[in-house]
Amino acid sequence: MTQVGRQSWDVVVVGAGGAGLRAAVEARERGLRVAVICKSLFGKAHTVMAEGGIAACMGNVNSKDNWKVHFRDTLRGGKFLNNWRMAELHAQEAPDRVWELETWGAVFDRTDRGMISQRNFGGHEYPRLAHVGDRTGLELIRTLQQKIVSLQQEDHKETGDYEARLKVFQECTVTRVLKDGDRVSGVFGYERESGRFFAIEAPSVVLATGGIGKSFKVTSNSWEYTGDGHALALLAGARLVNMEFVQFHPTGMVWPPSVKGILVTESVRGDGGVLRNSDGKRFMFDYIPDVFREKYADTEAEADRWYEDPDHNRRPPELLPRDEVARAINAEVKAGRGTPHGGVFLDVSTRMPAEAIKRKLPSMHHQFKELADVDITAEPMEVGPTCHYVMGGVEVAPDTAEAVGVPGLFAAGEVAGGLHGSNRLGGNSLSDLLVFGRRAGLYAAEYAASFGAGDRPAVSDADVELAEAEALRPFGAEGAEGAEQDPAQGPENPYAVHQELQQSMNDLVGIIRREPEMTEALRRLDGLRARARRAGVEGHRQFNPGWHLALDLRNMLLVSECVARAALERTESRGGHTRDDHPQMDREWRRINLVCRLVENTAGGAAAADPALGRIRLERQDMPPMRPDLLALFEKEELVKYLTDEELTS
Amino acid sequence: MATGTEPRAVAAGGVHHSSRAAIPERHLRRDRWWLAPAATAAGLLAFVVYSTWRAFAGDHYYAAPYVSPFYSPCLAENCVPMKGGADWGVVGAWWGLSPALLVLIFPLGFRLTCYYYRKAYYRGFWAAPAACAVPEPHARYTGETRFPLILQNIHRYFFYFAVIVAGILTYDTALGFRNADGEWGHMGLGTLVLLANIALIWAYTLSCHSCRHIVGGRLRNFSRHPVRYRLWGWVSRLNARHMQLAWASLISVAVADFYVYLIASGAFDDPRFF
Amino acid sequence: MTYQGRFKVWRGDAEGGGLVDYEVDVHEGEVVLDIVHRIQATTAPDLAVRWNCKAGKCGSCSAEINGRPRLMCMTRMSVFDPAETITVTPMRAFPVLRDLVTDVSYNYTKAREVPSFVPPPGVKAGEYRMMQEDVNRVQEFRKCIECFLCQNTCHVVRDHEENKQVFAGPRFLMRIAELDMHPLDAAEETGTDRKRGAREEHGLGYCNITKCCTEVCPEHIRITDNALIPLKERVVDRSYDPLVWLGNRIGRRSR
Repeated sequence: MTQVGRQSWDVVVVGAGGAGLRAAVEARERGLRVAVICKSLFGKAHTVMAEGGIAACMGNVNSKDNWKVHFRDTLRGGKFLNNWRMAELHAQEAPDRVWELETWGAVFDRTDRGMISQRNFGGHEYPRLAHVGDRTGLELIRTLQQKIVSLQQEDHKETGDYEARLKVFQECTVTRVLKDGDRVSGVFGYERESGRFFAIEAPSVVLATGGIGKSFKVTSNSWEYTGDGHALALLAGARLVNMEFVQFHPTGMVWPPSVKGILVTESVRGDGGVLRNSDGKRFMFDYIPDVFREKYADTEAEADRWYEDPDHNRRPPELLPRDEVARAINAEVKAGRGTPHGGVFLDVSTRMPAEAIKRKLPSMHHQFKELADVDITAEPMEVGPTCHYVMGGVEVAPDTAEAVGVPGLFAAGEVAGGLHGSNRLGGNSLSDLLVFGRRAGLYAAEYAASFGAGDRPAVSDADVELAEAEALRPFGAEGAEGAEQDPAQGPENPYAVHQELQQSMNDLVGIIRREPEMTEALRRLDGLRARARRAGVEGHRQFNPGWHLALDLRNMLLVSECVARAALERTESRGGHTRDDHPQMDREWRRINLVCRLVENTAGGAAAADPALGRIRLERQDMPPMRPDLLALFEKEELVKYLTDEELTS
Repeated sequence: MATGTEPRAVAAGGVHHSSRAAIPERHLRRDRWWLAPAATAAGLLAFVVYSTWRAFAGDHYYAAPYVSPFYSPCLAENCVPMKGGADWGVVGAWWGLSPALLVLIFPLGFRLTCYYYRKAYYRGFWAAPAACAVPEPHARYTGETRFPLILQNIHRYFFYFAVIVAGILTYDTALGFRNADGEWGHMGLGTLVLLANIALIWAYTLSCHSCRHIVGGRLRNFSRHPVRYRLWGWVSRLNARHMQLAWASLISVAVADFYVYLIASGAFDDPRFF
Repeated sequence: MTYQGRFKVWRGDAEGGGLVDYEVDVHEGEVVLDIVHRIQATTAPDLAVRWNCKAGKCGSCSAEINGRPRLMCMTRMSVFDPAETITVTPMRAFPVLRDLVTDVSYNYTKAREVPSFVPPPGVKAGEYRMMQEDVNRVQEFRKCIECFLCQNTCHVVRDHEENKQVFAGPRFLMRIAELDMHPLDAAEETGTDRKRGAREEHGLGYCNITKCCTEVCPEHIRITDNALIPLKERVVDRSYDPLVWLGNRIGRRSR
């Protein structure tokens, strides 16, 4: 048995992106001792990739904006599947969260009157996104990082120790949330650098681990997005909701292969970029759904006039919601009208003078020049859909962000489900991080403070030993029985298993879904699960990426199964879930949330379960009816599109 | 538990310090990294040689109506008379050396403490560092924290003097619109040489980092000082070309001096336009 | 377009190590980080490397390629001759942990020593007013992705380990400049003199403005011209300039 470092803190935050850092700041300001654990270096979290802005109805640019409008926009975007209470809190609290960033040193772009500038974005009725050029996420993460440092400086002044009450454990991975009976008692994990194990005892654990994109082959997400928090919550007995809803951004780079999936910002289309297939046709005109006919131009001439005169012309169809555009591109490529590298053309070069392109889209010009050797002022870009965001996540109590059924476990940000319903609006994720990051930190602190010194949940040695054995398995990986005779049954290369997983999810549970394909995906996941158990690694534990990946595979396989099972179950198309065999949205389905839970929930269960059997069970759960005053914010004509007659009359 | 925030014990040494990756080569650059510092050193050296010769020579610096920029203002009694020029014998007759030495201190000091030239000679002559990621050959390094290099901080005084000198050279240039007899309204090739020189001198002087700071850089709120903000914007644009201007004006000042030398020594006849 | 590329990658740890040869497929359009990943996935699964976004936005994959400090994700293979052997080593100013991963704690230590932003007393959240022209300078510095390539290439600490005690490095001197130029920072009112601190505690005088920080910055921030030299000039204001002192006496205060 190797040595396991043990420590005790009040609140443990897993993840140091926007939500995790905001939660840590809150819990520390409430006077508690907070440990933040993150897989990367401090300040490198995936939040830095966010470009557009933070949605908050400050009304700096259009004073008509208020939380009710933001609430409405959010629900429309999510096709009314959102948790209405979360959407309400989110819309109400976002402005305060943005303003408070300024007091911590954030420097947003300004209006003429010196206030925070706000920009237009898809689905938002008014200019609403506080931004810093196209690097808003970087500003957010850096501001929170510097706020943490300033709190540490206060502690240093007081105690002589920077890390007395707030410590960041960087480059550490949590592999288990530990429990004492029903309640959370701490976390178990390893240091990536040294490979040493640690266990931290704490009554409150906040999950803020982000998304699951690394289960898909083409994704805008980084290596960290292996669904750790989703899986940790499942293994701790929590439930995941809405996992079938995965947002594919319509325009990711498709070439060169090394950058496939990297985002091409929506503003390219907003500023005049058009989509063409290999025949040179602006195909989006063929894909305007009936519900949008009135609002979108049906001729190129009208669409082109819109950029200059939006009041008297209808919008070009390139600016349809993300899911519509992504599906259209997918269909064109499947019909054989794609580009040589399997995308479509996104062209600004023939639409704007070179100077205007460089001025309006500097980072895109830079990105294509540096990464693809493409000069977007002279030639079109090649783009295709890329996995971007998961709407689903841990089912939480809307006010407290506490995971349903697991006292002491909290979740905020992309890892939490509910706020975005079936589809997230651009800009709503950064505000989500701040609003619910703070709430998670606040209630985690309250919960932790409710314990006396002696009555805290305890970490048992047995649990630590089990977790350690699980983490060490890849080093002792042996083939299946009879491996001596059949080399195919020998230890598996974790990289190969990962690649097959990504390919399967991309091909079979991707942007357009069909029943037989998803059934096939579940079958393949069974096989991959068995192989992942045999994933073996060479070398030692010090900074060994092969080992890290072998451990992450467990999480990716769990969340992939959730996505596939939920997607198979939901026989309608809505937001980020498109069924080829059930293309219509169904009002009856709106009343239902699909909830995933782990079949067997004992500490060592993960190891004991038969790998060939699915690990996830689905349950249907009724949506709680919306409060009447919130319902009254909508016109009846709009509600009939989403709500059943029964719901409308009651 | 390591958090990655605890510093290690410190010992002396650079890239071969025991904690760092064990790589025997001092650097692994394969491009011609030595070219830029070598060229810089050669250029500066050439100027030093030329200007030393000319500064100590003490002759052939005036050919009416042109005066060499090395010798203006001319502050000693032993200056040749310049018709209406800046030959102010303020220093008196005791000065027996070349009068250039009295005044060259100021432009020399300005350039010696200039933020660009500092980079140029630290890299070119002192190899600290010669090029990025190429280790410097010195065992210790204290930068500009101690005497004498702490004196680099007086760059701003030299800037103030440089403005005065540039003003006088502007006056000299204006005098270039006379003929050899001192009558106005004439022009020769020398006038153009002096004009080009003074334009570059001003551009270089105004593009100075100290100037940029004084006109506006030191402000915290530009919005309350719109005029200075605009000035700062102009200086900033010039400042982006400070290196190019430093070289261009260095060459132009030598060319102007050499032109005057050629005429004064009779080796060349100034073509007159009118 | 695929060819067999030749690479030398430094493998080892604090105890020692050396350059190891690899022959790897190189496909069209790839960057150095792709090659490192291919080495990992095929021949050396335990090759340690840091990376995150792979789009030049997080600043994790800093290393030295053919002796030049660079982000691996932003170094395209097409800039090299296919016949060339490409050398990849960890950053050489920081202690090595393993393979291409270095201990960058120096930077986090220095970050903590810079006094934080001080909010202006009496101004409530939501009431901050700053004009765009006043924040442009600050925003340039806030583009920094903290890849620490400037810290790595700066000869003050790269070539002189002992200077790490006294020198904050370009990134954190720039941070001081950023705060000193912030239109609403109230440090001075509360008794923190950032200019004096820059000189006395963070070693601004060690900088000899040889501009390697600017040369290697992947965000193309003009660190030397826009942050370090202006900061040096601000220090001169504090300590050495009688005319500015006089101007402050006579004219209105320039804040």
